[in-house]
Amino acid sequence: MQPVLELRHVSKDFPGHRAVDNISLELPRGGFYALLGPSGCGKTTTLRMIGGFEQPSAGDVLLNGSVVNALKPFERDVSTVFQSYALFPHLTALRNVEFGLRERKLADREPRAMRALELVQLTGKQDRTPAQLSGGEKQRVALARSLVLEPQILLLDEPLAALDPKLRKEMRAELKAMQRKTGITFLFVTHDQEEALSMSDKVAVMNQGHIEQFGTPEEVYLRPATPFVAGFLGAINWFGKTGVRPESTRVSRDKPDGVPCRRAAIESSLFFGNRVHVNSVLDEGGLAVAELSREQNHFEEGEAVWIHWEPADELHFE
Amino acid sequence: MSLRSRFLLPARVWMALFFAAPMAIVLSYSFLTRGEYGGVEQPWTVENFIRLADPIYLSILWRSIWIAGLSTALCALLGFPLALFISRSGRRRNLYLQLVLLPFWTSFLVRTYAWLFILRDTGLVNTVLMRLNIIATPMQLLYNDRAVLLGLVCNFLPFFVLPMYATLERLDPALLEAAADLGARPFATLRRVIIPVSAPGFVAGSVLVFIPCLGAYLTPDLLGGGKTVMLGNLVQNQFTTARDWPFGSAASLVLMLASALLLASLMRSRMARELT
Repeated sequence: MQPVLELRHVSKDFPGHRAVDNISLELPRGGFYALLGPSGCGKTTTLRMIGGFEQPSAGDVLLNGSVVNALKPFERDVSTVFQSYALFPHLTALRNVEFGLRERKLADREPRAMRALELVQLTGKQDRTPAQLSGGEKQRVALARSLVLEPQILLLDEPLAALDPKLRKEMRAELKAMQRKTGITFLFVTHDQEEALSMSDKVAVMNQGHIEQFGTPEEVYLRPATPFVAGFLGAINWFGKTGVRPESTRVSRDKPDGVPCRRAAIESSLFFGNRVHVNSVLDEGGLAVAELSREQNHFEEGEAVWIHWEPADELHFE
Repeated sequence: MSLRSRFLLPARVWMALFFAAPMAIVLSYSFLTRGEYGGVEQPWTVENFIRLADPIYLSILWRSIWIAGLSTALCALLGFPLALFISRSGRRRNLYLQLVLLPFWTSFLVRTYAWLFILRDTGLVNTVLMRLNIIATPMQLLYNDRAVLLGLVCNFLPFFVLPMYATLERLDPALLEAAADLGARPFATLRRVIIPVSAPGFVAGSVLVFIPCLGAYLTPDLLGGGKTVMLGNLVQNQFTTARDWPFGSAASLVLMLASALLLASLMRSRMARELT
């Protein structure tokens, strides 16, 4: 099947620096995808090139197999949910959602817009202006405004960043449910690895203008292609060139048999309620964090211990 | 005396001496009778206000509203694109703003006289056109409504551009991107997003142009040649040549009332909009 979006060797130069450096990516239709990376990695620029707000300096952006490099945003069948939502302050929620339908001169705009508002659970608030809506409600209007156009691909720029932490977690499941319900391809940009892992079918991890790895959340977390991916997707303990995740790292008083291990001294332990992080200083130098259950943590600060792990949990990089 | 009222005292004294007292004088004059050689006399009367309802004076009132309205519309028509252009000019916008303010470096009176020299029969425009043999006899460019409009628009355009610019400068660029994203071409974005969102700038600019235009007397006097009489000229004449101070006071009160009513209705519609 033809990918809904394809990037072919796309680069973007700004005066003095290269924001995106020769990236290629194919997104099959109907999935939920994430562009994940630290700020300044080029993920938002990539999204803006897909939306038509920036032109690539080199390479091609293809939608459904045709090059759209030269098409203006209003000529592309993609839609963006902006980080600030960018709702029109002079229009009610309903008129905001109708905005694009009106431009497309589509029939029965109002029933369509009402259905979109129903999809985002805003029925009854259609006559409010953005100033009368909460942050979460504004975001729902922005979503409805884009979804109602049934775009080939929906772009979301840090969609959850402006919400409070509790609402952010609720919206994760809801966004994913919306994607499944509408069947529209979602591509969202985030710097939050937990968000990317929990919501997406596939994650593209970006760093310094490159895509370091594109894979399922399990692949990028369990089999990171580069040390950067390994470190960005979760904490990691380095034993020479071998990486081990904290949840695979164990601590014991006696020397374990038949598994790799190191001498260390307990430095501190941090209690998180459902789990404990035990920090230790390796005798060979460096730090290691072990994520343990409450019951497993019976170590004293300063105590000499053995840090060990299963060879199967090791992460190796070329 | 609290600190707050101590701080406000100078302003209060100033307003009482130079605003409230003159207003009271104008108000009381408007209900008195004309003195033989100017000034005012007893008895008290409402005759001056009844005289203002005369069709001659009503037509002057309407004419003033019409010319001020037309000037405001022209300022909006010229000022909005200019303000939009300046707000999108990046680093050069401070330069452009200075240029908009440049006329204020010279006196209002001098600028109006300059138009006399440009537009009169032996002025710049007619001389050039006659030398080029485009016209044989001078065109009558002065002493009509168009000359008054030109003078008013020229003088008051910056008063529209500045508040309009302040509004457009605050316009969130993401709104324009969102409009384009939803399929709006640039003109549709202008019509459906930029203009409605910058409505407060239109209101502020229009008020700042309309009210001084309504009371203008210098520009219609010089460029209209006394033929284009506006309310401001009426007031001026009553205090000078006609020596009818009570009637002049009544006319100026009506002028003030018209401006105040307009402002109040605008504030009200704006408040109503914000409350819904």
